[in-house]
Amino acid sequence: MSTTTEQITETSKADTEHHHGPAKGMSRWFFTTNHKDIGTMYLWFSLAMFMTGGCMALMVRAELFQPGLQFIEPDFFNQMTTMHGLIMVFGAVMPAFVGLANWMIPMMIGAPDMALPRLNNWSFWILPFAFSIMLMTLFMDGGGPNFGWTFYAPLSTTFAPPSVTYFIFAVHMMGISSIMGAINVIVTILNMRAPGMIMMKLPLFVWTWLITAFLLILVMPILAGLVTMMLMDIHFSTSFFSAAGGGDPVLFQHIFWFFGHPEVYIMILPAFGIVSEIIPTFARKKLFGYSSMVYATSSIAFLSFIVWAHHMFTVGIPLMGELFFMFATMLIAVPTGVKVFNWVATMFRGSMTFETPMLFSIAFVVLFSIGGFSGLMLAIAPADFQYHDTYFVVAHFHYVLVPGSVFSIMAGVYYWLPKWTGNYYDERMGKIHFWLSFVGINITFFPMHFVGLAGMPRRVPDYALQFADFNAISSVGAFLFGFSQLLFIYNVVSCIRKRNQASNRVWEGSHGLEWTLTSPPPYHSFTTPPKVD
Amino acid sequence: MTKNVYFSVKKQLRLFAQLWVIVLLFAVSKANADWQLNMREGVTEISRAVYDLHMVIFWICVAIAVVVFGVMLFSVIYHRKSRGAKAHNFHENVFVEIAWTVIPMVILIGMAIPATGTLIKMYDSRESDLDIQITGYQWKWRYQYLESGVDFFSSLATPMAQIKGEEPKGEHYLLEVDNPLVIPVGKKIRFLITANDVIHSWWVPDFAVKKDAIPGFINESWTVVEEPGIYRGQCAELCGKDHGFMPIVVEVKSQPDYDAWVKQQQLAQLEKAKSAEKRWSLDELMTTGEAVYLKSCAACHQASGEGIPGAFPALKGSAIVQGDPAAHIDIVLNGKPGTAMQAFIDQLSAVELAAVITYERNAWGDSLGDIISPSQIAKLQQ
Ligand code: HEC
Ligand code: HEM
Ligand SMILES: [Cu+2]
Ligand SMILES: [Cu+2]
Repeated sequence: MSTTTEQITETSKADTEHHHGPAKGMSRWFFTTNHKDIGTMYLWFSLAMFMTGGCMALMVRAELFQPGLQFIEPDFFNQMTTMHGLIMVFGAVMPAFVGLANWMIPMMIGAPDMALPRLNNWSFWILPFAFSIMLMTLFMDGGGPNFGWTFYAPLSTTFAPPSVTYFIFAVHMMGISSIMGAINVIVTILNMRAPGMIMMKLPLFVWTWLITAFLLILVMPILAGLVTMMLMDIHFSTSFFSAAGGGDPVLFQHIFWFFGHPEVYIMILPAFGIVSEIIPTFARKKLFGYSSMVYATSSIAFLSFIVWAHHMFTVGIPLMGELFFMFATMLIAVPTGVKVFNWVATMFRGSMTFETPMLFSIAFVVLFSIGGFSGLMLAIAPADFQYHDTYFVVAHFHYVLVPGSVFSIMAGVYYWLPKWTGNYYDERMGKIHFWLSFVGINITFFPMHFVGLAGMPRRVPDYALQFADFNAISSVGAFLFGFSQLLFIYNVVSCIRKRNQASNRVWEGSHGLEWTLTSPPPYHSFTTPPKVD
Repeated sequence: MTKNVYFSVKKQLRLFAQLWVIVLLFAVSKANADWQLNMREGVTEISRAVYDLHMVIFWICVAIAVVVFGVMLFSVIYHRKSRGAKAHNFHENVFVEIAWTVIPMVILIGMAIPATGTLIKMYDSRESDLDIQITGYQWKWRYQYLESGVDFFSSLATPMAQIKGEEPKGEHYLLEVDNPLVIPVGKKIRFLITANDVIHSWWVPDFAVKKDAIPGFINESWTVVEEPGIYRGQCAELCGKDHGFMPIVVEVKSQPDYDAWVKQQQLAQLEKAKSAEKRWSLDELMTTGEAVYLKSCAACHQASGEGIPGAFPALKGSAIVQGDPAAHIDIVLNGKPGTAMQAFIDQLSAVELAAVITYERNAWGDSLGDIISPSQIAKLQQ
């Protein structure tokens, strides 16, 4: 055989494989460039991290069930809160959104796949390594990161355990993964839309992801710069963050939060997108105020860059700075309010049914708003002097992250699962999962408002007696919520395995290109572009 | 697809209501316990202003919530498909969209005005009657009275046995210290806040004072307390292992009581200096040394002297502790910059330093029989 024929047979073999589906065995997952396979891997990875970070939270809550030191030493407690925060933010919420983006964006804009498939493979496969390194630090001398997920210098530089270098390396890897993922999303959305899919017709999930991807590209390099400066301080005797050498510990916080505040919007904008897909479906009514949703999302993204110092009201920034950041922060409430009003107006005069995705979405709107209200309270700088670094803040960010981001992810999974697998999940089990989660969440996090206001600081392994009762309740709720998530795994797995054929449209009120494909969809979503009018 | 097992909305609402009733019953049954729900009003003009702001913004949020969630609940109840609701076909209305942008804006401006006023007052630390420098250390506070020269450390007084659950917990569990900060009532006190190692945050809720203590920088804050009494707070910035164990206690005294207290402190400081001149036996030094060690060193090096691998070195068998006394004295007095080992030269008296060093050299079975004399240390302190 000549080389040319060999090549030809090679390519035609590759071609047939391409048309008929995935490779066999493990190599399918290692070498895949398919957006659905990669999306699936992201979602499983995120679920694994969610359970890991959840176990850490339960350890924290077990220790806090009663005053006194019962189960774990203070230093290990700090490692658990830190790892819990880092894993939930970078390992659970962000990868879940990237997984959903991978699955849904090509199907929603009428493309066959993501624009940069090899980059896609790489950006996923970095993550398991990054998190293995990070988890490994727990077993090193001196333990893992124990300085909070915000890793303020000099606690995280001069005073850090030796494993901090591994932590820095892991953060770099996560950053690279996120940036590559974001580039892929942007290129796909800008270049691969079906004819007629103009920007102002993009589904909101795609819009919010486009904006999120720009935020990611803008802020992840800042995080990378920050940890590099830490690395220099630790190993190459620079003094970026050490006052003794002419540096400034507050500089660390400015850089961190210049990354950190947009980061919290990275974790909520795609959630807005998901909920904006789901509510119209189950209200059987078009989304109210589509264009104002797009403008509101863009203004939130812009404002997120000029509010960072609201996390630093007590570090002693000058009065004028303090006022500026207070006003800017209060301003964010306006576009956020617009979004909530739009969702409510979408439900108003609709014809609603309450399947699991809708239940999660309605809970999202209510509980995210509660988190928004406490956020507005935190924006009032003089009052923040009392709230800052207490459990009130812990309550606030869990209301926006857990029934916010996490509920939206679960809503999205239930919503699209029949499309992905071709099977309906068990609706009754879905509802039980929802109600247990909903009750668990509120029992866990609502009392945290009270202990925070009464004066309990965050990140403490033990507390004064007057906080005991509410802490006990919180811990009970946490275990209820934690164990309810086993139901979620059960629901997903049994949906994949059970044959309960879903129709192409799946939901009565579904709308958009993804529902024109078969359930499950073909390996390459749209091989010929659909026409959009 | 939902036909096979229909889990109705009504059933769901009923389940939900039942669960909340259980939660509420539980709450009510314990209502006579100490269930503080809200922020403390405090005892200063500022703390009350902050409390008022907090309540105003809280009620604004409640009002908005009632309207928004009310409309939503109405739709959930009345615009249900199972009730035969037909979806209407509106999805845009420029007028309402402008309205619900402008109205919140106006509310926010209304809120920003009083907040700005309070903030300006909080930042006005001019014309104080008394200046106190507060320095955060891993895991204690140092108070230096700039006018009278009084200078002391304040650390947790709750015994380890209570924390470990071997003894019943006291009334002020974790909120009690050996030496509280003492200030006069009705005077404007200016706090100059800084730190020695990592960032801490000095917070007393009743004064609405919370300011970060940052190494290398000095932050200002102030208060005028209106009622004598004892006020308690905690460190509010993660500062390492024992962040949860560095409380703040402030005793507010009438002016005459305060003056008497200052006198007494100054006398005590002279006493301490004198006792360094006395000759100390090994046994005396060992007893004092053990007490000092447990209070000032054991948090890191552990009572057993074995340290925590990877974080704090073992002193038992350490080359420095076993070696030349000069090096040992040097590291205890001057610390090691850039590590958690702080300088103890101003933290402990000559006697305490001599005692603790002697203790380290003779405890844990590796006794060298050395005596480090207080007078030797006193010379180094000058
Ligand atoms: C906040 C934690 C902390 C406290 C409190 C502390 N130390 Fe240390 N100590 C350290 C650390 C960290 C080192 C290691 C410094 C280094 O990197 O060389 C150290 C080192 C030492 C060493 C040198 C040991 C060696 O083999 O290198 C001695 C001696 C010592 N400390 C004595 C004391 C004494 C005496 C006290 C109490 C008066 C004390 N330390 C309190 C953290 C602490
Ligand atoms: C089972 C559900 C959860 C429980 C019971 C829980 C509980 C807790 C607790 C007790 C703390 C420590 C507070 C402290 O000591 O200061 C904490 C911190 C935190 N949690 Fe959670 N949490 C849960 C889920 C989540 C999720 C899903 C996220 C993110 C999406 C998240 C993000 C964070 C972050 C960022 C911190 C701050 C860590 C730090 O202080 O550095 N949590 N959580
Ligand atoms: Cu922020
Ligand atoms: Cu602290």
